[in-house]
Amino acid sequence: MSTFTGTVTQAARPEGFGRARVFLKRLRSGDEVAHLITLIFALFIFLITCMLVYELYIHSAIPRRRFGWHFLISRAWDPVFEHFGALPFIYGTLVTSAIALLIAVPLGVGGAIFLAEFAPAQISDGLTFVVELLAAVPSVIYGLLGIFIVIPLLRDSVDPFLQKHLGFLPLFQGPIYGVGFLAAGLVLAIMIVPFILSISREVLLAVPTEQREAALAVGATRWESTWQVVVPYARAGILGSVFLALARALGETMAVTMVIGNTPQISASLFAPGYSIAAVIANEFTEATGAAYLQSLIALGLALFILTIILNGVARLLILATTGRGTAH
Amino acid sequence: MVLAAVVLVCLSLISCTHTATNEGGAGHVTLINIAGATFPYPIYSKWFDVYHQMHPTIEINYQSIGSGGGIEQLRAGTVDFGASDMPLNDQLLSTFKVKILHFPTVLGAVVPTYNLPGVTEALKFTPQALAGIFLGKITRWNDAAITQPNPGVKLPNQKIIVVHRSDGSGTTFVWTDYLSKVSPDWKAKVGSNTAVNWPVGLGGKGNEGVSGLVEQTPYSLGYVELIYALQNHLPYGMVRNSSGKFIKASLDSVTAAAAGAAEQMAHDIRISITNAPGGDAYPICSFTYLLIPTQISDTLKRDTIKDFLHWMMTDGQKYTEALSYAPLPQAVVDIEMKQLAEIQ
Repeated sequence: MSTFTGTVTQAARPEGFGRARVFLKRLRSGDEVAHLITLIFALFIFLITCMLVYELYIHSAIPRRRFGWHFLISRAWDPVFEHFGALPFIYGTLVTSAIALLIAVPLGVGGAIFLAEFAPAQISDGLTFVVELLAAVPSVIYGLLGIFIVIPLLRDSVDPFLQKHLGFLPLFQGPIYGVGFLAAGLVLAIMIVPFILSISREVLLAVPTEQREAALAVGATRWESTWQVVVPYARAGILGSVFLALARALGETMAVTMVIGNTPQISASLFAPGYSIAAVIANEFTEATGAAYLQSLIALGLALFILTIILNGVARLLILATTGRGTAH
Repeated sequence: MVLAAVVLVCLSLISCTHTATNEGGAGHVTLINIAGATFPYPIYSKWFDVYHQMHPTIEINYQSIGSGGGIEQLRAGTVDFGASDMPLNDQLLSTFKVKILHFPTVLGAVVPTYNLPGVTEALKFTPQALAGIFLGKITRWNDAAITQPNPGVKLPNQKIIVVHRSDGSGTTFVWTDYLSKVSPDWKAKVGSNTAVNWPVGLGGKGNEGVSGLVEQTPYSLGYVELIYALQNHLPYGMVRNSSGKFIKASLDSVTAAAAGAAEQMAHDIRISITNAPGGDAYPICSFTYLLIPTQISDTLKRDTIKDFLHWMMTDGQKYTEALSYAPLPQAVVDIEMKQLAEIQ
């Protein structure tokens, strides 16, 4: 009897009422609260991003009106006569980040493979601790490292060596100052290796042991199982670590400005001084007088933001293409 | 709007009576906010500290965020007055709602510093040589323009590596302002500002960035603030002034430059003092300024600011030399005292 009436009343109730009851029940168990709070947090991040774009956009009206798209392809940066263009800065940002990735990816991924697959647990944990410590070093310290170690080394040994043996390439021609694209790329590489290494190691460690056992069972050597089974399995995560490192390299300011030479020019030579977007904003923003000058610096910030979004989009596509999934994990 | 004005007036009246009754009493502190240039920060913080000890009820808070930021905050009205290494031009002044007065406070100078292995003497530079080097027209140390004023100094046949500031700075403004005055070519092609489109050279961030690059790069030439060169014992060269004499920058030769320019300053206090007349004047120097609005509605603040300015120009000047700033010459102080009456 009681069952019968129960069913009837439930069916007769409006649908919303039932939902409210479910909501109250979930509220009591904490689910709904957690859902709501985390949703607010997530929206908050979204909101900050929107506000950032909005601020950058409305405060860069003068260069957009005066130079239009030409701003992105112009090489001029003349605060006196108010001609502004972003190209040398975009070029410097991309070139230094590319050098950094070329050096840091083999180092980082190779190191991660060793620590995750080959090193004894104690050594692996100890080294990982040191690497994670490196990731926490402030970038100005890396800049000092660049000034006192990397630049003299490049100027006195590495650059002349490269010029002597590979001088037929335009990359290694021209006068040697020590500071320049190569120095900045090298310092950035040192800075981002810890990111790639520590994340890649975590990802490799998360590969199920069955994968390795299966590879070994069919007769693979230790290296074959690592290279042909474990690394491909962790590919998405490793790529993710690389793009996180790239994002860091693109936006790095202090260490870059200390070693890049701060000259807005486009040069095929890696020995030539250059400039990056983040560095010029940090350098010139405080003393920029005049609306067009100030807004051009803000427009550069917008350009960096868009550049980062484009590269992140490419990263997503790449991960999608290699794994069939849209995220890094 | 009207309501807001009424409320403001009431509030200021209340605060006046409040202070009047509390004269000398504990607890009431007048806070004055300033924002601006980083170059004079050491002397300003010394002054504000000493002044606070003399008048415990007055606290002056200085944010050294750069001249550009100081001007911006003054325009927005978020600070009581600003500080700038660069005088405001008419176009910029027209964007302010009230008239802004410039009060020169101390003097700074900019000197050429270099790294020449084997050369220990202080080199002599003509204005034409400096402009030629920074334009990229004089490229080697043994160019006649450099060797001629330096007989007896063996200058190497090496490429000159030019180093300049990469950050926007009053130092760059003074340096480029000087080059614009002595070289029509520089004025037409590059001009003067806190940052410019450099024809040649590497950029270093801050005085320490420039001097670091110069120290590390043989055969380089850069420019730094005199104070920085003095405190760090950097080698720096002499520059030929408008009377044809080679002058090594010192606090005396900088004050002499300001005295030489005082006559012109009576007409417009913002006048640039680079390449100033005077036999002992060092040619590459400038004032740094406080930017004071002529109308300050809060009478207490107004009186405080006027009293501080008066003290700064008289007793306050004795703190400058210990911090390596050149003090104001009397002729300039006289001009500023007259200007003080304009604040209402």
